[in-house]
Amino acid sequence: MNDENTGPEAEDRVTGEEVDTEPASNGPDRRIWARITGAEGDWRSQVLVPVLAVFTALVIGAVIIAVSDVDLLGLWGDDAGEAFRQTLARIGDAYGGLFKGAFGSVRGVSETFTWATPLILAGLSVAIGFRAGLFNIGAEGQMLMGGMLALVIGFQLNVTIWLHLPLAILGGFIGGAIWGGIPGWLRARTGAHEVITTIMFNWIAIRFVDYALKTTFIQREGRPDRISKDVLESARLPKLLSWIDPQYRLNAGIIVALLAAWGVYWLLFKSTVGFEFRAVGANPDGARYAGMNVTRAYILVMAVAGGLGGLAGSTQILGVLGNATPGFSANLGFDAIALALLGRSHPFGVVLAGILFGALRAGGQQMQVASDVGIDLILVIQALIVVFIAAPELIRAIFRVRAVKAAEQITRGWAT
Amino acid sequence: MTAATATAPRVLRSPAEIRRSRIIGIIYLMLAAFVLVVFAMGTEGDATFKLAATGDRFEIPDLVLSAAGLSYVAAAFLAFLGGIQLTRGFGKATNIILGLAMAVIAFTFLGWAAAGKSLSLVGMLQLTVVKSVPITFGALSGVMCERVAVINIGIEGMLLSGAFLGALIGSVAGPWMGILAGILVGGLLAFALAVLAIKYRVDQIIAGVVINIFALGITSYLTSSILVENSDTLNRVDIFRAWKVPLLGDIPFIGPIFFNHNFFVYGMYVLVAVIAFALFKTRWGLRSRAVGEHPKAADTLGINVFRFRYLNVILGGMIAGFGGAYFTVGSAGAFDENMSAGRGFIGLAAMIFGRWHPVGALGAALVFGFADSLQAKLAILQTPIPGEFLLMAPYIVTVIVVAGVVGRARPPAADGQPYVKE
Repeated sequence: MNDENTGPEAEDRVTGEEVDTEPASNGPDRRIWARITGAEGDWRSQVLVPVLAVFTALVIGAVIIAVSDVDLLGLWGDDAGEAFRQTLARIGDAYGGLFKGAFGSVRGVSETFTWATPLILAGLSVAIGFRAGLFNIGAEGQMLMGGMLALVIGFQLNVTIWLHLPLAILGGFIGGAIWGGIPGWLRARTGAHEVITTIMFNWIAIRFVDYALKTTFIQREGRPDRISKDVLESARLPKLLSWIDPQYRLNAGIIVALLAAWGVYWLLFKSTVGFEFRAVGANPDGARYAGMNVTRAYILVMAVAGGLGGLAGSTQILGVLGNATPGFSANLGFDAIALALLGRSHPFGVVLAGILFGALRAGGQQMQVASDVGIDLILVIQALIVVFIAAPELIRAIFRVRAVKAAEQITRGWAT
Repeated sequence: MTAATATAPRVLRSPAEIRRSRIIGIIYLMLAAFVLVVFAMGTEGDATFKLAATGDRFEIPDLVLSAAGLSYVAAAFLAFLGGIQLTRGFGKATNIILGLAMAVIAFTFLGWAAAGKSLSLVGMLQLTVVKSVPITFGALSGVMCERVAVINIGIEGMLLSGAFLGALIGSVAGPWMGILAGILVGGLLAFALAVLAIKYRVDQIIAGVVINIFALGITSYLTSSILVENSDTLNRVDIFRAWKVPLLGDIPFIGPIFFNHNFFVYGMYVLVAVIAFALFKTRWGLRSRAVGEHPKAADTLGINVFRFRYLNVILGGMIAGFGGAYFTVGSAGAFDENMSAGRGFIGLAAMIFGRWHPVGALGAALVFGFADSLQAKLAILQTPIPGEFLLMAPYIVTVIVVAGVVGRARPPAADGQPYVKE
């Protein structure tokens, strides 16, 4: 299983046009790249692999579109040419609709960035965990708990917007930070693996929200179903494009998300605490020998990650929805895992990946209208993207890209 | 020698064990106080438990108990357990006693909830078994994979895919073919997991998450694009009817609970027994466990680590696929988007709670199934306790278990680590 000298790598050296396998020729390139982005690894694994992964996933998605129409499949036997034409038209309609829905109009762009907002925040939550060697699967639960606290502050307090909105957002951060911090504390103190505890905390949060939405304190008066009271106007994130059309949902949450991305970048790559996070992630034992407090780092990382997840939930509540219903997190916390991987766990990569996933969400609805290809296809595309990101050897095998870093091991298994 | 080994555990208790023993003892006392305050005080009326199902061969009278009296007895019993736990400890029986205490509390709770009303205990426990079926299959799948040190987070996706193909193929070609298709698709997804985890050494948790997203996406997509329009022809499968086991099914109380179910429940019993036997009594089992605990040592002894991992992971996936088929072929008769609804994750929890042992996994799944059926029944009895908290219980219990507060759960030593042959 020696990847360096076998398989496509060896073939390439024989047939390849340019030979730059020596690490030396990669050196300066890599160093400049690292200085610009704060990321290790060269541009091939940082940029080329994600781009190719998205491309390959879209191609496979097209195949799925082609084979999932029963009538069209029957046509292949009768008139292959016509079937081919219709299949192409169907794929064209679907992806055309996807693109149009995401970027084809002001409304589309607004929707793309509206979806990108919580995705970026939740993606940052997962990414900061990855950097510290922790796998935060709990963004979904943190969104729910942060969102609920933001909601309560949003309808309960009655103060000026200059105080109300920041308080509600802060409440969202704190709610998520507590929900993420407990698994971090458990990991640091008892060794309970964060993957298990965050999965469990997701489900506890889902049930808790179901319960809370039925309490008289939170449930809207006169409603038998699970729906909360409305957030007061003074705690709503202002809409940014309402001067064009009040229907456009893009809100100031995107500013929160971009600020958070910059903040995470600063925290990870420019601050001492961030250096500790990354050191703990790279080698916890080494970090401990260097005198770092690994226990504190684990708790802090998970609290910050949870806080970012909570922010994602609160921008949904305060910016988009205005009230809470069961499952208001809309599985965004799970998409965030794929997104963090695609963005290489780098804040700027997460922003780009968040915009892409936002575009998929926004365009998916248009795709469904334009071509009756169901919106769930984007889940399949997202899963495929992650497969190719996580197993870059697959990309290497398909596209003959050299010098791709091997798959990285983030978690260390349950056994501690 | 024998005397030394008999007394050794008590003498050589580690500080952690002593601490744990104290914690459990205090928990008992707190539970006793809780039962006394919440269940015993101010409760009036008798609770009527129905012990016979309709159509039983033997008639057994209903069990009528005073709810308050039951609670006082239970509180005294718990306090007694707490006292012993704090002073002497239960040694090896600690966990069994803990289970007993939980059962007593559950029963007291039922008495309190049913005070002045009547509750079909048989019906409830029957539902417990039914609800635990997919959880058990998920947990068994996890046991198979993790015993060879491959973490399978993708159980949920495998259950869902099994349910989907069970409905689709089952509608076209009959329920047996549906089950077969479910088993195959589970195996296929597990094969994908195995390739990613073993060959490409992808982080196993990421690989599992991918399988979950993929399965949810593709089944939802195909449901809306194919099943919805043709629901009469493609999404209507004949479900397996319950079949009463002769003799065993006639045992009063026990019979209807355990031996009057459909094929999947009996399949579950058989599978638990077979896997437990195979893992701990056969050469295959010994080798599998060696691969999970210390792959390098196993490799040195000539065991093919990769072959064992591939084989067991694929078998585990097939079990999950079979369990998934239960949702459609064994229960609902039609596929619904995301119908597994997190059972795969509860299965994962049951595996941990059951300490990576098939029988333990079944026991844990029954406990979680009980919480599930309790939630269903409590809605009818109109108790002040919200059902959502009962649904939370499995997850909270799992967190407590992995945190080592009550009993340490020790996974296979190499769990989650890819093996690199040198």
